[in-house]
Amino acid sequence: MAARNWIFAVAVFLSLSTFSSAQDLQIVNAERRIDLSSHIVKAFLTLKVENIGKDPAADMLLAFPPTQIKNLAMVQALAVTGKKKKKIYLPLDVKPSEQPDAPNDAGYFLVSFATPLGPGEAVTLEVLYILTHSLEPFPVEITQSESQLVYYRDSAVVLSPYRIKQQTTFFKTPSTRVESFTSVEPANRAGKEIKYGAYEDRAPYSYAPVIVHFENNSPFAVVEELVREIEISHWGSLQITENYRLTHGGARHKGVFSRVEYQSRRSISGSSSFNALLAVLPPRVNSVYYRDNIGNISTSHLRTGFKKSELEFEPRYPLFGGWKATFIIGYRVPLEDYLFEAPDGRRYLNFTFGCPLVETIVNKLTLKVVLPEGSKDPSAVLPFAVNQDLQVKYSYLDIVGRTVVVLQKDNVVPTHNVPFQVYYTFKPIYMLAEPLMLVSAFFFVFVTSLAYVHIDLNIVKK
Amino acid sequence: MATLESPPPGTSSSAMRNAFGTVLSALILLLIGVLAFSIRLFSVIKYESVIHEFDPYFNYRVTQFLSKNGIYEFWNWFDDRTWYPLGRVIGGTVYPGLTLTAGTIWWALNAINIPLSVETVCVFTAPVFSAFASWATYLLTKEVKGSGAGLAAAALLAMVPSYISRSVAGSYDNEAVAIFALIFTFYLYIKTLNTGSLFYATLNAIAYFYMVCSWGGYTFIINLIPMHVLLCIVTGRYSPRLYIAYAPLVVLGTLLAALVPVVGFNAVLTSEHFASFLVFIIIHVVALVYYIKGILSPKMFKVAVTLVVSIGLVVCLIVVAVLVALVASSPTGGWSGRSLSLLDPTYASKYIPIIASVSEHQPPTWPSYFMDINVLAFLVPAGIIACFSPLSDASSFVVLYIVMSVYFSGVMVRLMLVLAPAACIMSGIALSQAFDVFTASIKYQLGRSANSKDDAEDNTSTNNAPKDDSSSGKTDKGEEVAKERSSKKGKKKEREPADKPSVKSKIAKKRALVLPLEASIVALLLLIMLGAFYVIHCVWAAAEAYSAPSIVLTSQSRDGLHVFDDFRESYAWLSHNTDVDDKVASWWDYGYQTTAMANRTVIVDNNTWNNTHIATVGTAMSSPEKAAWEIFNSLDVKYVLVVFGGLIGYPSDDINKFLWMVRIGGGVFPHIKEADYLRDGNYRIDSEATPTMLNCLMYKLSYYRFVETDGKGYDRVRRTEIGKKNFKLTHFEEVFTSHHWMVRIYKLKPQKNRIRGRAKKLKLKTSSGLDSKAAKKNPWI
Repeated sequence: MAARNWIFAVAVFLSLSTFSSAQDLQIVNAERRIDLSSHIVKAFLTLKVENIGKDPAADMLLAFPPTQIKNLAMVQALAVTGKKKKKIYLPLDVKPSEQPDAPNDAGYFLVSFATPLGPGEAVTLEVLYILTHSLEPFPVEITQSESQLVYYRDSAVVLSPYRIKQQTTFFKTPSTRVESFTSVEPANRAGKEIKYGAYEDRAPYSYAPVIVHFENNSPFAVVEELVREIEISHWGSLQITENYRLTHGGARHKGVFSRVEYQSRRSISGSSSFNALLAVLPPRVNSVYYRDNIGNISTSHLRTGFKKSELEFEPRYPLFGGWKATFIIGYRVPLEDYLFEAPDGRRYLNFTFGCPLVETIVNKLTLKVVLPEGSKDPSAVLPFAVNQDLQVKYSYLDIVGRTVVVLQKDNVVPTHNVPFQVYYTFKPIYMLAEPLMLVSAFFFVFVTSLAYVHIDLNIVKK
Repeated sequence: MATLESPPPGTSSSAMRNAFGTVLSALILLLIGVLAFSIRLFSVIKYESVIHEFDPYFNYRVTQFLSKNGIYEFWNWFDDRTWYPLGRVIGGTVYPGLTLTAGTIWWALNAINIPLSVETVCVFTAPVFSAFASWATYLLTKEVKGSGAGLAAAALLAMVPSYISRSVAGSYDNEAVAIFALIFTFYLYIKTLNTGSLFYATLNAIAYFYMVCSWGGYTFIINLIPMHVLLCIVTGRYSPRLYIAYAPLVVLGTLLAALVPVVGFNAVLTSEHFASFLVFIIIHVVALVYYIKGILSPKMFKVAVTLVVSIGLVVCLIVVAVLVALVASSPTGGWSGRSLSLLDPTYASKYIPIIASVSEHQPPTWPSYFMDINVLAFLVPAGIIACFSPLSDASSFVVLYIVMSVYFSGVMVRLMLVLAPAACIMSGIALSQAFDVFTASIKYQLGRSANSKDDAEDNTSTNNAPKDDSSSGKTDKGEEVAKERSSKKGKKKEREPADKPSVKSKIAKKRALVLPLEASIVALLLLIMLGAFYVIHCVWAAAEAYSAPSIVLTSQSRDGLHVFDDFRESYAWLSHNTDVDDKVASWWDYGYQTTAMANRTVIVDNNTWNNTHIATVGTAMSSPEKAAWEIFNSLDVKYVLVVFGGLIGYPSDDINKFLWMVRIGGGVFPHIKEADYLRDGNYRIDSEATPTMLNCLMYKLSYYRFVETDGKGYDRVRRTEIGKKNFKLTHFEEVFTSHHWMVRIYKLKPQKNRIRGRAKKLKLKTSSGLDSKAAKKNPWI
């Protein structure tokens, strides 16, 4: 451990010349609470940052080890001002940052302060970061009657380019069953909580790897791929079609699946499996369907409410570790709830990004907004970075095709369910194109048949 | 029927009336089409838009392939996902009509940017084609007895339960388009017969080609039409029109039929087609005779007749000899098994258990006639009588058609489908004639009573005669007008000689057939009631009896509708959680569904082309575990799927089908003896069951751990407790059982490492404890 720290330290010293601000800041107090109760790992980090340099600091860096950076779904930061009861949280701008000489491929996020931190000033930050695919099942394969044990690997101390004066880390496990955890003194466990620390005065880039081995039977629902298609019809509705490829991301199921055990001894059999999912849909949803490519799936219940609708549904079969299922959920919502006219005359769609399923990770999310035929200049506005693309889709009786705004993002967690906007211009006259086309087609048919009946094509009059 | 609604003739000019009649019948036809389409949507409304049953899944899969890979790939498609390890050449062994039709519809819709899925197109193909079929019935019946009868027949066909059973939305099977093709071919034949036009003869050959593409039942056409031709010749009704209707059909039709890969040279080699060639020769001889009769004097003709007859006899003898030789040289006598069982109804059950095992190949029961054609069964005789007054070429054809189809439907329940259109045509004719008579008499009686007040007895006859004429013969007039119009378009003007006398005789008969007013009204009401009863029955049959997709079952219980979706549950499980190349063994009933829904390779499927292969699976299912494992392992099988209804009482499960597995297996592998499984002539699974039965794989896979559900192992289908309750599987392991236990999937365990001593020791250790327990209960282990 010491050797490793030393290596980090060397790396930091080598990079010191470029990090002008690195040593100007120090973290007075860091408290980290890591919630391991579901397969989405949420870490709440409270930092008290102090500027010990001479120049005002505009931003600070958050560092993550390379094993975490690829599983990092989201980082959010809030600045806390005010005391105790009158705390005001101010969201801060966080964006990934490349540091040319990051030690051991550590990844960084740059947090910009609302106002530059003057010399000697201190600020309290609340940082939330979310990790996916960070619970590694061990044993890798389990039978129907075993419960699922997982490893979680992290560091006992917060990885940071700054000196941390004092820090503690808490791991919250879903049950009291913890097989083992690495001891980095002082460390102790009480009930569902493991506490590391407090550690005093750790150098920048200190690292103390720990492994927690514990029971986690929460549903590891992972959507490998989700394609959501939102089709805007100016005749009054939004049609949303969601194609899911779901898998159970936990320990692989081994050997027999016995229905009689699954049905009669539900509490001990298949405890890590899940057979029901919950999707949170918009409030005024209608025409909901749930099917897969071989037909309707009949096990679902819809509860509509004023704030949200809940669709509780079961896949065709319970999902054990490694089992997969595909399904499609489709629904319709009234247009006036989601489509608005911007002051500049453009229209915009305001809809929720992300996956409607509760507590699921989406490995790859593709969101397609199908604009009505004839709309122009589409642009999407999102609070985070996604890949954007434009496509053309031909639907019912289209001639020029509909513009499709394709938004694609990997590693999506429920925290990504925030509104986004797609702006476009559209002339209402295009709405009449297809009805007019149909009318003229029928008209043409009747006129031709009329003409055919009355025209005598015979050369010789009889 | 159009005549009934048309206004009295005096109110408007005849041209207006005719135009009105045409528009009205067009409207009625349109409504009949809508009715035919919508009555078949019960399955979509009550269940869902999904492909039904077994064969439709195969057709659906072929259509998917066609729409994805195009027509050339389709012809060359060798399917390696079925009949493993043999495979099957789909392109060459399938009737492509249905697939190509749906594929074309799909392609056309997508070309104009209507993005319907292949599945949707497949689901709605059958209802669309039943609308076409009812229009074709209209055309056919119109050729026989005028458009009134045509409309009645079309309306009846639109909702005849027998046809509905094969063409509800989702029932994507050959018959769906084939019935349309059948009726349309008959229509074109009659049309050619009535007009003598080569144009229609060519169309007839093309329609016949479409029928050949669509269904193996085309042999019905190619035997029925020659029979009719022969009948016409024998009854002295030969005419050049008959020649034109028949000769081009045989030549062109046979050539075209040979183009279909699945038929190929069968079109000239198998006995099913020989009748048409024989009649082809006969009609030429007859044509020659008539020709010679025309150019020779009667005296010379007598000489010629003797000459021709002697030569003809020689030729016939030679042909018969050749036929006999050909038939004798082929193994089944040149007849395929299914056709043979048509001629000799006991053939299949005697020699081919695999044909007898299909329920739709069984002879129907009397109630099924009432169920499938309902009141039509009573109207048919009336229709036949109507066809004889007067007998024309066309009406003799429909009489022959109904007689033949009644026979065939009596042999095989599936062929009720062929009977249905004939019954509808006959009933349509009967109804229309009856309405004609009753309404005409009412009109006559009313007219008479009105006129008798004026005391103008002289006028009645003159007034009423044209009235009667115009009302009863109106349809024929409309026809005439239509014909005149078509002749304006440059087509030959022709008039059926058979029709004119019929119209006249009808009028003459009308005068004689005047019934009392009250009797007519009562009879009319009774007829309407009969029709209403038919409609109610049809709607009931469509809604309740024939709309279940059979892959999803529902039951109505006190707490609402309960859905049993186990089949799709397990197919979905197979498709997502097994390797793409894994082989799944099951009884052949589930082969098509497994390939289509689970996309896994199967050993046998519903296309029962290889009896030995099916017998192998049957043998494995009826063998003890170890032997079965060896058979399955040699076939590279990884999963075995059985259907078990004992928990919820689903009667058509594998235990009930087990006798066919034993019979078919035993037919090829003699060590499987049916007697070993029978106790008192029954397949029993209770405590009386034979040890062979209790140890066979099917029993074990069905009832594995079943006793743990209720503690007794009570089978709700057989209504008994099972014979052997606690047993272990040594060579198979349960990998999936669906929610209601209807489908159980087992995996073959890998072979144990062959360490002789150790394996034995292990076996002793593990088996001693459990087996000894079981041995106490069941002395035969």
